[in-house]
Amino acid sequence: MSSFYEDEGRFRGILGWIFSTDHKRIGLLYLLAIFAFSAVGVLLGFLMRLELMAPGPTIMRPQTYNAIFTLHGVIMIFLFVIPGIPAIFGNFFLPIQVGARDVAFPRINLLSWWIYMAGAGLAVLSLFTGGGPVDTGWTFYVPYSLRTPVNVPLAVFAVFILGFSSILTGINFVTTTHQLRAPGMTWFRLPLFVWAIYATAWVQILATPVVGITLLLTLMERLAGVGIFDPLKGGDPILYQHLFWIYSHPAVYIMILPAMGIISEIIPVFAQRTIFGYKAIAFSSLAIAVVGSFVWGHHMFVSGQSDLASIIFSLLTFLVAVPSGVKVFNWVSTLYKGSIEVSPPLLFALTFIFLFSIGGLTGLFQGALATNVHLHDTYWVVGHFHYVIFGGTGFAIFGALHYWFPKMFGRRVGKKIPYLAWALLFVGFNTLYFPMLILGWEGMPRRYYDYLPQFHSLHLVSTVGSWILIAGLILMFGHLIYSLFRGEKERLENPWGGATLEWQIPSPPPRENFAEIPRVERGPYEFR
Amino acid sequence: MIGGVTGLPDQIVEDVFLFIAAVSVSILVLITFLMIFFTIRYRRKRNPKPEDIRGNLWLEILWTVIPTLLVLSMFYYGWTGFRTFKKVPEGAFTVKVMARQWSWLFEYENGVKTDELIVPVGRPIHLLLTSQDVIHGFYIPAFRVKQDAVPGMVNPLWFQAKDVGAFDVLCAEYCGQQHAYMLTRLKVYPEEEFNRWYEEKGKQFEQEKGLPRGSRLLQEKGCLVCHSLDGTPRIGPTLKGLFGKTVPVITGDRERNVLADEAYLKRSLLEPNTDIVKDFPPIMPSQKGLLTGEEIDELVRYMKEL
Repeated sequence: MSSFYEDEGRFRGILGWIFSTDHKRIGLLYLLAIFAFSAVGVLLGFLMRLELMAPGPTIMRPQTYNAIFTLHGVIMIFLFVIPGIPAIFGNFFLPIQVGARDVAFPRINLLSWWIYMAGAGLAVLSLFTGGGPVDTGWTFYVPYSLRTPVNVPLAVFAVFILGFSSILTGINFVTTTHQLRAPGMTWFRLPLFVWAIYATAWVQILATPVVGITLLLTLMERLAGVGIFDPLKGGDPILYQHLFWIYSHPAVYIMILPAMGIISEIIPVFAQRTIFGYKAIAFSSLAIAVVGSFVWGHHMFVSGQSDLASIIFSLLTFLVAVPSGVKVFNWVSTLYKGSIEVSPPLLFALTFIFLFSIGGLTGLFQGALATNVHLHDTYWVVGHFHYVIFGGTGFAIFGALHYWFPKMFGRRVGKKIPYLAWALLFVGFNTLYFPMLILGWEGMPRRYYDYLPQFHSLHLVSTVGSWILIAGLILMFGHLIYSLFRGEKERLENPWGGATLEWQIPSPPPRENFAEIPRVERGPYEFR
Repeated sequence: MIGGVTGLPDQIVEDVFLFIAAVSVSILVLITFLMIFFTIRYRRKRNPKPEDIRGNLWLEILWTVIPTLLVLSMFYYGWTGFRTFKKVPEGAFTVKVMARQWSWLFEYENGVKTDELIVPVGRPIHLLLTSQDVIHGFYIPAFRVKQDAVPGMVNPLWFQAKDVGAFDVLCAEYCGQQHAYMLTRLKVYPEEEFNRWYEEKGKQFEQEKGLPRGSRLLQEKGCLVCHSLDGTPRIGPTLKGLFGKTVPVITGDRERNVLADEAYLKRSLLEPNTDIVKDFPPIMPSQKGLLTGEEIDELVRYMKEL
């Protein structure tokens, strides 16, 4: 049977890709676009670290720095991490893992990629039009975003457009999971990756409209001065923050839940034993999605919101930590009495557990009201969320790339280089981000172009860390790209010994995945 | 610790921090140790035959309940500490704080205004924060206190200095181009020295009251953050020798030259985005409502002499 690479469908060549409704092709379209944008995001981060290597102006002016940290945030959040795992791996593997030939609405799936590209195009356009690149931070806080002369309207509109892509993807995955499961694929035989993407999809559907409305109101305020957020016109800037975080906190779970799903796939396969606490992991995804929707006010403890609101949000924030902890304990227990082979995917998954734990635990300091007052808006927060999002989601993506590479591309990835790249990434990551936690505790505010002399040495260490980290990224991605063209052909359906459905079909899969829809008779982690 | 944490704000932050740190580090060490131990102990070479263990209800209950209790205790300490932050002690010394792009202005009860915060040691200081433009964050790292200054709102904050000295005051909420330079100093004086300074400044203020003096206005209104008086261009053009000069400006999309006369100076204060001086960013906030007619006249009169 020919693979989905050879079987082009209605169109030929590049048209066979950009007009394809095949979920695997769409997944790869996303992969190309998303990693291209993330490379730009990395470059911007590198430039920020260079600027901060020494106090005083180093390589750029303040306005440039402010635009760069804003773009770094906008690109990494809206173009890379939010779509990231669902759009790439969710698209490619969710239909296969539930035993379907495609998602429920293949054409809407293609539309959501086009909307993503349109939103990204508008974001790029906003850099060169109007007053130039946005300098508000990715949060677009009012009243600053209403006053700054730069091109806020177009950038905000671009994010508004991107939201539709996210909503449509969410609808597709929820429907696919409900409607297209193969015979015998009961809810508790679903791979935990599907559970995670399913929980995420609900957050995408329910929370994204809120940010859409918020951004539209910001546009109206900016262009017509309607006075919803501007205190000079009777508006309320705190209202903006509530509306913004009602989406943007759940968005954090859009970023991390799918990563947790990946970890739940990788660990049992490389321990060759069933997962510990399947239901606990599945339900904790839902618990995180639900409780996580009610914690947004913890971004606003020093904003002037009411004390009672702060107390309630702090309590709920602590409760949402519990299901994440439950997952970590179950993953570690899955290693117990396994038969473990530390292949690159597992190494990245174990690193996820370590870095994500640091990210989660540092979050507790911010959730507690008293410590939050000191740590809010400092480098502590910058360190914390990079441990969660990069150490967590980023390393899960690295794990997923090595795990699913043979299935997606029909090529093998050599084993030695990934270990070397991992060592660089691990050392570089901690050298880059751990000093930020100390800087924050010492009182270094975030979004600073320049800093007081007492912060110099830690900033210097952090910058050196960024070089090591980037060396690791170049090595790892260079090696993956090399493997894509020169790697040994993968002839096995199931090189790792996985038990989920994607490992029961050829590598790479044929166009509609299954010659015949399989009948599922066992759970996703039954290896014997 | 059952009654929660008490003390001054900075001590509270440190106590709660240490408590959470102790718990967090223990959990991290436990997880990491078990993870590495299992990976080595059950490596494929040594343990070729895995064993399927599907779960354990008691373990699930245990590692749900214990973390819940731990995080609830963190919440509790954070909350009780926070109560102290929110309860301004009686007899506190009050100072109003006005934040603006990109400087701080402190106004004392006797009317004195300063750009550095000067307070007596050992007495609770009660700040009332607001902003005249965008959101700023008032932050004294040494005292571990922070509160946003939001336009249209007055947010309180209090702290107390145990020792005399000088401390950094920073802006914590991103507020635009010069955010990183929106710094000032907190100076803690001994009680007597503070009283002497306070009285002296108060007298001086009474004498100068009613006389809007140009140089003082430039200082108080924060103009000098961006505009120099010595000819060097900063974030905005210098004010030295400005009056009577021909200034290249951008009006709309068109470049033109205008004479810096009285009308131009007034327009630049009230509608700064109408004519933007060439090569400078259009970021000057309008002073409409922030300056009285009298103050504007005085400023223009003063600028003529520069």
